Amino acid sequence: MRLDSKIPEGPLSDKWTDYRSSIPLVNPANKRNLEVIVVGSGLAGASAGATLAELGYKVKVFCFQDSPRRAHSIAAQGGINAAKNYQNDGDSIYRLFYDTIKGGDYRSREANVYRLAEVSVNIIDQCVAQGVPFAREYGGLLANRSFGGVQVQRTFYAAGQTGQQLLLGAYSALQRQIGMGNVQMYARHEMLDVVLIDGKARGIIARNLINGELERHFGHAVVLCTGGYGNVFYLSTNAMGSNVTAAWKANKRGAFFANPCFTQIHPTCIPVSGEHQSKLTLMSESLRNDGRIWVPKKQKDERHPTQIPEDERDYYLERRYPAFGNLVPRDVASRAAKERCDAGYGVGATGMAVYLDYASAIIRYGKQEANKLGEYNASDQRVKELGKALVKEKYGNLFDMYEKITGDNPYEVPMRIYPAVHYTMGGLWVDYNLMTTVPGLYSLGESNFSDHGANRLGASALMQGLADGYFVIPYTIGDYLSKEIRTPSIPTDHEAFERTEKEVKERIDHLINIKGKKPVDYYHRSLGKIMWDKCGMSRNAEGLKEAIKEIQALREEFWQNVRVPGQSDEFNPELEKAGRVADFLELGELMCIDALDREESCGGHFREEHQTEDGEALRNDEDYSYVAAWENKGDGKFELHKEELAYENIKIAQRSYK
Amino acid sequence: MNWFSSFITSSIGQKIIMSLTGLFLIIFLVVHLAGNFQLLSDDMGESFNVYAHFMTTNPLIKTVSYGLYFFILLHAVQGILLAYKNRKARGGARYAVVSSKNTSFASRNMALLGTLIFVFICIHMGDFWYQMKFTNNLPLKEYASIDVPVKDLYAKVSVTFDQLWFVVLYVVSMIVLALHLIHGFQSAFQTLGINHKKYTPIIKFLGVVYSVLVPIGFAIIPVYFYLFK
Amino acid sequence: MKLTLKVWRQRNAKVKGQFETHNIDNVSPDMSFLEMIDVLNAQIIESGGDPVAFDHDCREGICGMCSMYINGRPHGPNTGTTTCQLHMRSFKDGDTITIEPWRSVAFPVIKDLAVDRSSFDRIMSAGGFVSVNTGNARDANSLPISKEDADSAFSAAACIGCGACVAACPNGSAMLFVSAKVSQLAKLPQGQPERKSRVKNMVKQMDKEGFGFCSNHAACEVECPKSISIDNIALMNRDYLSASLASEK
Repeated sequence: MRLDSKIPEGPLSDKWTDYRSSIPLVNPANKRNLEVIVVGSGLAGASAGATLAELGYKVKVFCFQDSPRRAHSIAAQGGINAAKNYQNDGDSIYRLFYDTIKGGDYRSREANVYRLAEVSVNIIDQCVAQGVPFAREYGGLLANRSFGGVQVQRTFYAAGQTGQQLLLGAYSALQRQIGMGNVQMYARHEMLDVVLIDGKARGIIARNLINGELERHFGHAVVLCTGGYGNVFYLSTNAMGSNVTAAWKANKRGAFFANPCFTQIHPTCIPVSGEHQSKLTLMSESLRNDGRIWVPKKQKDERHPTQIPEDERDYYLERRYPAFGNLVPRDVASRAAKERCDAGYGVGATGMAVYLDYASAIIRYGKQEANKLGEYNASDQRVKELGKALVKEKYGNLFDMYEKITGDNPYEVPMRIYPAVHYTMGGLWVDYNLMTTVPGLYSLGESNFSDHGANRLGASALMQGLADGYFVIPYTIGDYLSKEIRTPSIPTDHEAFERTEKEVKERIDHLINIKGKKPVDYYHRSLGKIMWDKCGMSRNAEGLKEAIKEIQALREEFWQNVRVPGQSDEFNPELEKAGRVADFLELGELMCIDALDREESCGGHFREEHQTEDGEALRNDEDYSYVAAWENKGDGKFELHKEELAYENIKIAQRSYK
Repeated sequence: MNWFSSFITSSIGQKIIMSLTGLFLIIFLVVHLAGNFQLLSDDMGESFNVYAHFMTTNPLIKTVSYGLYFFILLHAVQGILLAYKNRKARGGARYAVVSSKNTSFASRNMALLGTLIFVFICIHMGDFWYQMKFTNNLPLKEYASIDVPVKDLYAKVSVTFDQLWFVVLYVVSMIVLALHLIHGFQSAFQTLGINHKKYTPIIKFLGVVYSVLVPIGFAIIPVYFYLFK
Repeated sequence: MKLTLKVWRQRNAKVKGQFETHNIDNVSPDMSFLEMIDVLNAQIIESGGDPVAFDHDCREGICGMCSMYINGRPHGPNTGTTTCQLHMRSFKDGDTITIEPWRSVAFPVIKDLAVDRSSFDRIMSAGGFVSVNTGNARDANSLPISKEDADSAFSAAACIGCGACVAACPNGSAMLFVSAKVSQLAKLPQGQPERKSRVKNMVKQMDKEGFGFCSNHAACEVECPKSISIDNIALMNRDYLSASLASEK
C-alpha cells in the first residue's frame, strides 16, 4: 500500500486556503443525518465535537473521565503559540512554521505544519471570544512570553494554567451544544474497539464504566482525539488514565501507527522520590524563561546549593548553547541534564536531578521593581522581597505546587528537576485531511503524528489540538462525508457490530478469568522500567533488542499471571487498567522496533551510535527522511511503510542552538 | 407574575427573603432599643409609659407593627424551611467525621439560635405586649404630659425583672441573639450581593459592633432593674 | 509510617455503605495521599479482596477528579490542596484517617469513594458559556480588557469543578461552583450579552439538581483547593437579583 498524504498542489502559503475553498460541502439538511463519533474530550476532542455540532452534524462524544472537562489537556501549564506578532519582534506565520519544522528536527510534513501556523492566529481570537482569561498587559492587550527553541515572544498564557483555561473554553462550547441537544455526551465510557464495515470505520464498541455494559455506537465517521501514549513508561507527566487503547485498536484494525519511537522527555519535572511514585509532575517550561539551570562543578558535591559559590557552579546550558542558553528545545535540555547526571554531577539524594535556580531572577526583578517604585537605594532585603513578589505573580502556582510535592520552598532553595516523559510526537498516521489509513477514521491532536516531527516545541501541543479541532477537521471531514450522504445510519445489530462486540467481551472475560497473582500495576511498572532504561532518553541497538525480548516475555507473563479483581459488570477501575496495560505491552514492543529501525539520532530519538563528537544528535537525512508508518499484521508482526518527506520550502540544516 | 414567583421560589430568591426580613428586624431592634432606653430615665416611668401608649395606639405604628409580626413569622418559617431543605440536600448518609475548622459556631447553628430567639420572643410578648394590648391587668396612670390615662407598663417591667430567673433568661437570650446577629448581619449583605473590596470590611466591622452593642443594650435593662429598682 | 484507615465502602448507589478498617505499614512521608491508597489497594488485591474504588486522574491538582473527604474535610487538612497533592508528611505515624466520599443528594455514590458529579456538567450546559460559534471571532487584541478585570476573571476561572465546595457546605450548596463561572464571564466584556440569561438559567438548573441553599457559612471558600472567593457568590446574588427584577424578561 502506498501512503497518500493528499497534500494539495500549489505554493505552500496558498495550499490551505485554496484547498479549503475546494473541499466539497455537505448541505445542512444532509448534515442532520450524518453522525460523527468523537472519542476523547481534550482540546482536540472538545473543540472538534463542539464545532462539528455547530455545523449541524449529529455528534456523539465519549470520554473515560467523569466529565469532559477533566481530559489531560487541562494540565498543560505554560501556554499556546500563535503567530500574532503582537510583540512586534519579527514573528510571522512563516517563522512559526520554520521554528516548528526546525524544532521537530526536520521530520514533520511541511504542508501540515504551515497550516498549523496559519490557523494559530484564529485560535487565539476564538479563545478570547469564548472568554478565556489570557494574561494581559496594563494597557489591556494580550501578554506574551517566550518558550524554548524560539527567539520571539509568541506564547499566550493564563498564569501557569493555560491548558485548563483553553480546555474549559472548548468544554463550555461543547456543553453548550450538549445543552442544545446537538451533542450526546457519554462520560465514563471507554472506547474498546472500532467497528469496520466494508473497510470503512462505522462505529465503536464502548464500555460503560459504571455498570460494565458494552455498547455499540454507529457513526458515519469516527474521530479519535485520544491523546498520547506516554504512560507506556508508567512514570510520566500524563494523567493516570491516559492510554493508547483507542489508537492501538485502530492500529489493529488497519490504521498505521507512525513514528512510535518519537517521545518527548521534558527537561523540567520534579524528580522521582521513591518506589511508590505513581506519576511525575511537570514544572512548566516557562520557568526556563527566568530560571537558570546548573550543577556543581565538583562531582558528588554534597554541599547545600546556597553554600556553593558562583564560580563553582556549572551553568551547563549557557555554557554549551550560548545562543539559546536555558531556552534550548526540550530534547536538547533533557539530554544535557542526563549527560551531567550520568557523569556524576547530579544533585539530590538520588543524584538524578539538577538545579533550577531563581535567585538571580529574584534579584533582577527586585531591582526593576524597586526602580519602578523610585526606591533607588533599596536594601538587598527589600530587593529580594520585591523580586519574590513579582516571581510569585508570574509563577506562583508552580512554586506552590513544587512546595506541596517536595516540601521545599523554591523561593529560598533552588528547585531540583529532572527530565520525564511528557508527550509523544508519534501517533496514528494521518493524511492532510487528518484521516488515518482506514477510511472514515480520523485522528486529531496528540493521538496523530502529524505536526511535531521528532520533537515538539513548547506551547505547540495546545496549538495543534485546537487547530485540528476548531479549524481543520470541520472542513476536511467534508471531503469524506460529502460522499456518505447516501449511506443511511446502519443499525447496530449489523453483523460487524455483533462480531466486534463479541471479541471485546471475550478479551474482558479473559482478563478477569486469569486470576493470577500479580496486580496490573506490577506489569505496568515493569514495562515502564524496560522502556525508560532502553527506549528512553537515549537508545542503542543492543538495548532495544533486549527490550523487545523482555517486553515479549513480560507480555506473556501478564496474560498468565495478572490478577484482575472484581467482575466485568460493575465499576471496576482495575479491569480498565488491565485492558490499557495489555495494549501498552504491545505498543512498547513496536516503539522499540521503530527505534531500532531508525539508525539516526533526531529530536527526542537519540541513538547512542549516532552522535557528533561533542555529543549532539546526528541526523541521517539521506536515509531516514521519512515517516515510519507501521501496519499491524497481527501476532506481534508489523510492516513498515515509508512516507518520504519532501522539503520544498525549507533548507534542511543541521539543527544548532549554539 | 410568573417571573416573580419563579424568582421568589428560587434558591437565591428564598435567601433574599431571609436577608430582607432579617435587615428589617435589625432596624426594628434599634428602634425598639431606643424606646426601651426610656425605662432607664429617672422619671418613675412617665416617658416610657407615654411612649408605650403611643406605640400601641397610633394607627401608623399599628400598621407597621402588623408588618413586623408578619416579617418575624416569615423570617422564622422561611428559615425553618431552608434548614429542612438544606438537611435534605446533604442526603441520607451523614458524614461520620465533620471538622468544625471550616465554619463558625454561629453559622452552623443559625436555625437553632433562631428557634431559641423565637421562643424568647413568644415569652417576651406574652409578658408585656399581650398584657398591654389585650388585658386590663395593668393599672392606669395619669400624667400631665398626656390628656388620657395610660397603662402603667413600667410597673409591670419593674415587677418582672425583680425575679432573678427572668433576668437570667433575658441575658442568655441576648447572648443567643448576639450570635445570631454576628452571622446574620453581614450574611444579609452578602446575600443581597452588596459586596465590595473597600466597603465589605466596613460592613463586617459594623456588623460585629452592632451584634455586640445592641444585645448588651437590651440586657442592661433587666440587670439594671434587678440591681437598682 | 503506620496508619489505620477507616474507608467508606459502598457497592453502588442503591445499597447502604459502611466503614471498613485497614492497617497499613511502610507509608513514606513523601507519598501522595493517593499513592498511599494505591499501596492499600495493592495490599487488598494481594489478599484477594476488592480494592477501594476512587476517582483520580491527573494527580497534579488540576483535573478536579479526585474527591476524598478526609478526617472531616474535603481534600484533607491542608488548605488550597487537592487530595492528589496532599502528601503523607501532613499526617503522623500512628494516625487513624477516616476517608469518606463527597456526600450530597446531587452527588450520588457510584462506588466506594467515587461519586457522580454530572450535575455540574448540566449546570454548565444551562449557561456556562459564551455563545460564539467557531470562526466568528474578531482579532483578539481588538477587545482590550484591563489587567485587573482579566486577573479577577482568571481567579474565578481557576475552579477545577471538583465539588469540594458542595462536600464542605453543611447545606450541600453548589453556589461557589456556579458563581465562579457566572462571575468569570460577568467580569469580561465577552460575557455581557448573555449575562442576565446566564445567571438565571444556571441558577435554575442548580436548583433543579437538588443542591442546598447558601447560608454564607463560607466553608466552601476555606476548602476550595483553588481558594475561589465567596465574593463570587455575592456577585452572582447581585446579578440574579437584577436579572430577575430589573430586566424586562
